[in-house]
Amino acid sequence: MTSENALLSLQHARKSFGETQVLKDISLTVNQGEVLAIIGPSGGGKSTLLRCCTLLETLDGGELSFGDCVVTVDQGGQAIYQGKDALRRARTHFGLVFQNFNLFPHYTVMKNLTDAPVTVQKMPKAEAEAKARKLLARMGLEGKENMVPCELSGGQQQRVAIARALMLDPDVLFFDEPTSALDPELTKGVLKVIRDLAEEHMTMVIVTHEMKFARDVADHVIFMDGGVIVEQGPAADVIDNPQHDRTRAFLLSEE
Amino acid sequence: MMSLLGSGLVLTGQIFIVTLLGSLPLGVLIALGRMSKFKPLAWLMRAYISFMRGTPLMLQLMALMFGPYYLFGMQLGSDWKFWACDIGFILNYAAYFAEIYRSGIQSIPRGQYEAAEVLGYTKAQTFMRIVLPQVIKRILPAMGNEVITLVKDTSLAFVLGVMEMFTQAKAIAASQVSMLPYIIAAGIYWGFTILVEFILARIEKKLNYYHD
Ligand SMILES: Nc1ncnc2c1ncn2[C@@H]1O[C@H](COP(=O)(O)OP(=O)(O)O)[C@@H](O)[C@H]1O
Ligand SMILES: [Mg+2]
Repeated sequence: MTSENALLSLQHARKSFGETQVLKDISLTVNQGEVLAIIGPSGGGKSTLLRCCTLLETLDGGELSFGDCVVTVDQGGQAIYQGKDALRRARTHFGLVFQNFNLFPHYTVMKNLTDAPVTVQKMPKAEAEAKARKLLARMGLEGKENMVPCELSGGQQQRVAIARALMLDPDVLFFDEPTSALDPELTKGVLKVIRDLAEEHMTMVIVTHEMKFARDVADHVIFMDGGVIVEQGPAADVIDNPQHDRTRAFLLSEE
Repeated sequence: MMSLLGSGLVLTGQIFIVTLLGSLPLGVLIALGRMSKFKPLAWLMRAYISFMRGTPLMLQLMALMFGPYYLFGMQLGSDWKFWACDIGFILNYAAYFAEIYRSGIQSIPRGQYEAAEVLGYTKAQTFMRIVLPQVIKRILPAMGNEVITLVKDTSLAFVLGVMEMFTQAKAIAASQVSMLPYIIAAGIYWGFTILVEFILARIEKKLNYYHD
């Protein structure tokens, strides 16, 4: 699975908080157009894994790179982070969608989308707004440009958050339980948007508790528990025909 | 009498505005220093805030007025009292504002910083564009209290012989043996405060376009 042109490559990742080892030798690669779903019980380290990949936490050990942009190299089991410039460059390769959206409450929907491209990437404002309008239409959010997040439902807010991440054209889009804060009715709309993205071959890494969704949308599924990858494989294999007792027990509990 | 009180009011208003223009931004810097990971700076700012809030403003003003002469033998012109007054008010109010800013900054959820970080904002951009605007909305009521206190604290400038409104009222009252100047001055302070309250309410309403 380790291929030279993987969009995301993480090898032998280790991470502890104090005495607790949260990630124990995790390796994964994601290629162009692939959708990876990460499932597993709460406390298993899924969020920590995403947060390490998105540079919100630092790895203790392991190698992380996005394409040819190297974030860490491993020296004697220690993760050595590259300079500030490399990290800034790495951030242009990915986007992250949070469980609780984290939209900027004081900005309108339009400004939530355009502010980063205009401030960070120096994209002309008119170009950013045109791009934002297109994305909002794809998200089923036409006419919401001038609303502020608190005027939207949770599902709409999450779709704005997805659009905000897409504005920067990430190679890989990470999702950390994007529908866990939503009730079932609102969940549908968000999952539909992610399905559409998968059909357009957006490369994605999705932590989710929606098993049916993971089975339909993901190419590859990782089952994580206790900081290790217990089982992984093609989505249908892992979810319909799990090999390990822990995976089976987890899938039964999720039904 | 009214023209004397009026000229006093102009000085009072000047002290008020100059103090806000200086202490509002300075307070942000002190708050950031107070929260700095560089411990010596954090301790220094903490000591500064503690001293400024723990000693009378009147003494601070007098120290600035007379300190340069008694400590260093500096001969400063008769204009120095205006400088001492403005500097003293700015340094003192910045300490109070810093603590209000700090409480506001610490109330912004971590997710806001993380979202900004992933989107590639620099630390400075995150603070100026994402954090500070939200902080301002949250701290407005507490800031309002301080600003209204400042309206009346300007009268402390009398210890420097700055002829602001209270000093004028006192002089007129002494020469006319009358309470009337004090009563009029009180009315003007109150009117000033009502104006400030009105402006604060306008700002609050303007920031009410969202809640979080
Ligand atoms: N910042 C942190 N400090 C200390 N412990 C943490 C921190 N973040 C997560 N943990 C711990 O790491 C473990 C894995 O958490 P997490 O990655 O959130 O799991 P999941 O997302 O699979 O539920 C948990 O035991 C959690 O308590
Ligand atoms: Mg989690």
